[in-house]
Amino acid sequence: VCFTPGGSDCSISFVSHVLGKACVHGRQKEILSVLVPRLTDLTQSDCIWQRICWRLVECVPDRWMEAVVLGFVQRAPGADVLSRLLGNLVVKNKKAQFVVTQKLLLLQYGHTTAVLQNLLGYLSLDSLRRALLIKVLQELLETWGSSSAVKHSPPEQQQYISKAILICLSHLKEPEIESCRQELLASMMEGVKCHLDSNLPQIRRLGMIVAESISAKINTDGPVLKFQYEEDDEARELKSLLVQTPPFCVVPNLPDDDRNEKADAALPLVLESKNKSHTAAPVIPDEESDAELDSDDDLIPYDMSEDKELKTKAPVYIRDCIEVLTGSEDVDKWEATVKALESLVRKNPAATREVSVELAKILLHLEEKTCIEGFVELRQRAQVAVLTTDPIPVAKYLTSQFYSLNYSLRQRMDILDVLVLAAQELSCPKSHGKTKHSAAQKPCTQLLPGSDGSKDWRRIVDERIKSKTRRFATGPSQAELAPGPNEFNSVAGHFFFPLIQHFDRPLTTFDLLGEDHLVLGRLVHTLAILMYLAVHTVAVAAMGKALLEFVWALRFHTDSYVRQGLLSCVSSMLISVPAEQLLEDMTEELLETQSWLGDVVEKDPDGDCRRLALQNLLLMENLKKKLRTVPS
Amino acid sequence: MALPPPDPQFVLRGTSAAIHTLHFSCGSQGPDVPTLFSGSENGFIHVWNLKTHRVDTALDGHGRKSVYCVETMGGKDRLLSQGRDQRICLWDLAEGRTSVTDSVFTENVGFCRCSLLKVAQGRWLMAMAAKALEEVQVLELPSKTSVCTLKPEVGAKLGMPMCLKLWQLNCGSQPLLLAGYEDGSVVLWNLSMAKALSQLVCHQEPVMSLDFDSEKAKGISGSSEKVLSIWSLNEQQNLQVYKTHRLVNAGISDITIRPDKKILATAGWDHRIRIFGWKKLKPLAVLDYHTATVHCVSFSDHRNPSERLLAAGSKDHRISIWSIYTQT
Repeated sequence: VCFTPGGSDCSISFVSHVLGKACVHGRQKEILSVLVPRLTDLTQSDCIWQRICWRLVECVPDRWMEAVVLGFVQRAPGADVLSRLLGNLVVKNKKAQFVVTQKLLLLQYGHTTAVLQNLLGYLSLDSLRRALLIKVLQELLETWGSSSAVKHSPPEQQQYISKAILICLSHLKEPEIESCRQELLASMMEGVKCHLDSNLPQIRRLGMIVAESISAKINTDGPVLKFQYEEDDEARELKSLLVQTPPFCVVPNLPDDDRNEKADAALPLVLESKNKSHTAAPVIPDEESDAELDSDDDLIPYDMSEDKELKTKAPVYIRDCIEVLTGSEDVDKWEATVKALESLVRKNPAATREVSVELAKILLHLEEKTCIEGFVELRQRAQVAVLTTDPIPVAKYLTSQFYSLNYSLRQRMDILDVLVLAAQELSCPKSHGKTKHSAAQKPCTQLLPGSDGSKDWRRIVDERIKSKTRRFATGPSQAELAPGPNEFNSVAGHFFFPLIQHFDRPLTTFDLLGEDHLVLGRLVHTLAILMYLAVHTVAVAAMGKALLEFVWALRFHTDSYVRQGLLSCVSSMLISVPAEQLLEDMTEELLETQSWLGDVVEKDPDGDCRRLALQNLLLMENLKKKLRTVPS
Repeated sequence: MALPPPDPQFVLRGTSAAIHTLHFSCGSQGPDVPTLFSGSENGFIHVWNLKTHRVDTALDGHGRKSVYCVETMGGKDRLLSQGRDQRICLWDLAEGRTSVTDSVFTENVGFCRCSLLKVAQGRWLMAMAAKALEEVQVLELPSKTSVCTLKPEVGAKLGMPMCLKLWQLNCGSQPLLLAGYEDGSVVLWNLSMAKALSQLVCHQEPVMSLDFDSEKAKGISGSSEKVLSIWSLNEQQNLQVYKTHRLVNAGISDITIRPDKKILATAGWDHRIRIFGWKKLKPLAVLDYHTATVHCVSFSDHRNPSERLLAAGSKDHRISIWSIYTQT
């Protein structure tokens, strides 16, 4: 496509037609990979070529405009290049405007960050187009701030929109920010609320980052919004979008000169090594001064190895511990007691059993009196120790407190965590009397997939699924631990059933089905783990039935974390309950569940839910297969 | 192979109260018995006979209020004691008498030990915390006339004076005062002009005790935190931090440098007495005998170096006497 403009008018509309037709047939890559670089070079300095290029794209018929524009946006190496190539197309052509401002940003979300940068940079580069930039920002913020969008759209789309917002913000200039400051503030407040309400930490973090950025932009002086969140690569990448790096010069692809520009890298500055400053106080003596006679050498030091930090002694009896924790004003002793409690409980099971419920009560209400490192973990380990030493009464107490008035959400979730950790400990085989800490116990306080898509838990389920789909008859690859009685057997029911009993009864301070869906999510995940750990116990079939009913009642819950939990429950149930009992007692329920799972796989907006549902369907298939192969 | 730390040479019991202050008087020659004075929380001053290890006399002059400072004024016959009854008493102990000859009403309810300095034959300067919160008053004894009142400037926020040390470079030169305050700073005062010459923030917590070596122009201070601070005085009379030393446990109640300037001892809240070399603050020994916080340490003034002793008084009602590093 090269022809010389010899000063004569030539019509290039047929070229546009060809271009359009080729693009709409899916040949964007082939044709534009040749066209765009060539046009980039040509339009770099030549105005006429720019006009030609603009004419070219303007003449593309509307029905093919989208494909062409999309192709250009994707192929252009930078926003300035795109600006040169497209000119004010978005202002002149309605279809192009729709594609650029609506379709690419709000209706699609699969494009890369580079495409977003190109697009929004292109909008910002010309004064005519800047009005569109503001409009785009407003629409993006509207979407970002709408609570239904936050709840129902996939996380990938939300991330895409957040990125677009950040890039827009980076392009805005002071006067523009001034004019729409109020709107920005209003939408930020709205949006932040919906985002923080969500159960998924990724959404919360997106909300926090965007809100921080907006706040920084509109309040250049004065206090800005600052959240605390985990800084990882994703957060850093998002934040880097706020700063626009000046477009670097693309070395023209001409096979001659201008290579020297590359060699123009900054010469390393020769750092002059400063002499050691003499400003240090002159009284600091030279250690190596020979002028001073070291008569201290005459004095031979004594052995000082016994000189250690003073430690307050912790009490040695459980009842003393109770006394210190409930009444004592001596903070040193209190600290020492908290640190020593877990090991004391484990060493004195008989003594603990006498006072177990009291101790559990004290620990549940224990608040941090002084600043101890790892207080939460210490308290939790002590609670787990008490629960494993005397499971039935303490479980009864804890599960009843879960549904009682006047506990904080944190305390209720602590109860769930403790139940899970204790269940895990009880069901794990003990090697030589020591409890084996499996990998899943490492994040001690967060055994539950605490809305972070916990990998350990999923990994366990995945491994079990894998172990069921393949039928290798290999012997055990690692030495089996010495088998011991499953202590969880006798108490599984006591852990499980009370938790499931009252979930639909709202209390004044606690409404599982209403606002407190975070706790509901954690409860559901807890039940899933308890179900999983109850494999080979006597109560497992009854538990499975109750759990399936519970899942059925909640299956249409709007919160994706809760739904993920429900699907995990189904997985655990399918894994733990023996297949024969499943088919005997729960055939109809299983069929209904299967159709529900099929629905979820197709229609659920959350990727994790879909994946879990698919796993469950796989498990059910395997069950059926297994039962068919068993000779009846 | 380092030797284990020595045991106390002997332990004095019998005060039945926590000991807050100690002072030796063993320097005189002749038939005089080496003596140790101790002040206790029950208001008694005990005069210990270091040959028999028993109490010779018990002086009751402070109305059963805690005695927190005892000093001798030129020999064991004249004693000065300071108590929580807001009085400083001067005693006459010659020939077996036990009478209070004079007293100064300080009107100060703090714990700051007074500091004595002999400026001429029969004349002493005494610095003590005064009635007003941040002030230090210097009196001349025995006339009890006020020499000056040292007031920190307005807004200095030094807090109470915690410990004082009067010193002069040599007999006849200007007496100066080092004062450690509640905010952790040490201030050098010029008495004739009643002006602060230099101030140095040594600690984040109140300065509990300090001692100064006028020959080397170096001093050390201890606080309720884990750090010992060593500072020096340069020619322009400015205080500068020389070094800090980190301790294992927090809290120092008393510091004293041995008269031969070779070693120093610290009394710790962790029940231990620590010995350091003064030149480089090399840790030499940790003496672990007491079972409660050690309130005071004191070195004896024996003329014969091999007889020198270190005494430590503690909250556990015991005074431990140690013989350590007596060969140098």
